[in-house]
Amino acid sequence: MSTIRGKLSSHLFLAAFSLLMLYPVIWWVGASLKKTAELGLPTLWPSTPMWENYDKGWHFSGDYTFAHFFGNTLLMELGNVTGGVLTAALVAYGFGRLNFKLRGFWFSILLMTMMLPGQVTVVPQYILFNKLGWVDSYVPLVLPHFFGGGAFFIFLLVQFIRGIPRDLDEAAKIDGASVYGIFLRIIFPLIKPALVTVAIFTFIWSWDDFFAQVLYLSSVNKFTVGLALRMFIDQFDIQWGQLLAMSLLSILPSAIIFLFAQKYFVEGIATTGLKG
Amino acid sequence: MEAPLRKRKSKGETNAAGYLFIAPWLIGFLLLTLWPIAQSFYLSFTEYSLLEAPVWTGTDNYVNIFTNDSTFTKSLGVTFSFVLVSVPLKLFFSLMVAIALSRSIRGMNFYRTAIYFPSLIGGSIAVAALWRNMFGLDGYINQVLAWFGIQGVGWITNPDTSLGTLILLNTWQFGSTMVIFLAGLKQIPQELYESASVDGAGRIRKFFRITLPMLSPVMFFNLVLGIIGSFQTFTSALIITKGGPINSTYMYALFLYEKAFKHYQMGYASALAWILLVIVAVLTALNFLASRYWVFYESDGGKAK
Repeated sequence: MSTIRGKLSSHLFLAAFSLLMLYPVIWWVGASLKKTAELGLPTLWPSTPMWENYDKGWHFSGDYTFAHFFGNTLLMELGNVTGGVLTAALVAYGFGRLNFKLRGFWFSILLMTMMLPGQVTVVPQYILFNKLGWVDSYVPLVLPHFFGGGAFFIFLLVQFIRGIPRDLDEAAKIDGASVYGIFLRIIFPLIKPALVTVAIFTFIWSWDDFFAQVLYLSSVNKFTVGLALRMFIDQFDIQWGQLLAMSLLSILPSAIIFLFAQKYFVEGIATTGLKG
Repeated sequence: MEAPLRKRKSKGETNAAGYLFIAPWLIGFLLLTLWPIAQSFYLSFTEYSLLEAPVWTGTDNYVNIFTNDSTFTKSLGVTFSFVLVSVPLKLFFSLMVAIALSRSIRGMNFYRTAIYFPSLIGGSIAVAALWRNMFGLDGYINQVLAWFGIQGVGWITNPDTSLGTLILLNTWQFGSTMVIFLAGLKQIPQELYESASVDGAGRIRKFFRITLPMLSPVMFFNLVLGIIGSFQTFTSALIITKGGPINSTYMYALFLYEKAFKHYQMGYASALAWILLVIVAVLTALNFLASRYWVFYESDGGKAK
């Protein structure tokens, strides 16, 4: 099937399918510039673009602009990504390279936590954070990322580390490196591509993690972009053009990161070898 | 004489080092997973509103849930319908697309980006807002249908179509599942296909005899995580439909959330969480049992025939 005809039909299919997938997003761009009356129309572009949708949407809450909400979200992300990447690397090295008692046991516990519905732990966690006086702060959102960054990421990194030849460790050991030295000088630099994958996913998933944000943040001045958008939706008279404009802006950070790091998404997972 | 001693010492050292490295996860697991699970189990036998100490009520919560709570039955039914339709649909779509995207042709990066994009913005509230507008009574979808002379309905305000609309949104975001399939496809040795070609096997035969068996561990992984993920669908139900109309999209996760954080019935919500845990555990166990019959592992010494 590697004939020209086969390639052409592949291209046709993929192009058509890409368009189908992206169509709602393309429509979204036009809709963010439409008047309310024009929103339902299947036209892609408005007769007169309402650029003020962006201006009014940006200032909609009166007290704060979206710049404030973006700032809050990025601050939270800074903590999440730092915590996730650093601790996931440490834990993955422990599981992937070091032999210690009950390693197999703890590793299967780790894998089992991937299958645990978050709803089971959320009520006691909320009670705990409430008792510590951390509700309505970023601590409950950020702190969990400092405990290994999540089972899925640890698993990915362990698989990645197992693919690194052990000869490198042995050579370093002969040169007098300790387990800590091997981690710092051999493993950590070599797993950087996989860590980029972890960083990107952490960023995007915590940006989208509406459940945790809605649960723990209640003062408007601490709101993330997602919560600000929700204020929009809960208004009696939704200004759809403005809402769609701000929603579109809210996905920009993830979109930009994704476009720049696109190849890591597939390669990062592919090289880790997600085999049974 | 010295060697065994040194060996023992270094063993003790790696034990300590091992635990030092996994300490972040281990501490987090004990504090934020194990302890909350135990706590949640205890609370499920109490009445607790956060303001006063929990009051032990025995199995009252469970009895009430199973005998008096029609919302429980309803939301469980809604969630099961959602899982039953959306998980297979998503698996099928993402596998087909992954196969299409696994070929090496020029411009593949562009296609992959385009097709992954909707999943990237996945669970976000932005996309829920978009969906709510597009599927509104005089939203975009109905206008397009009107072109073809079809009278649209209020997709999210009609109880017959509201759940379907959420399933459609969920399926549109098949990207993560697809990426994992794509990674799995890349691991299949090309020699298998080549030798099958020599034996005169066609594309369909190769798909059923090589691709599917070799991909079965990845399929299993996606199936298990897909079921667990679908049981927890929350944002779209909260933002797009608010569980309505007449509870037709009142997903279990939304029900639990409202019991806990809107009505502050922490004990009742904990019981709901434990029921969810048991359901997911049983389904996962059944999956693992069934997997013996259809999941193929290379390391078992099996043959990809």
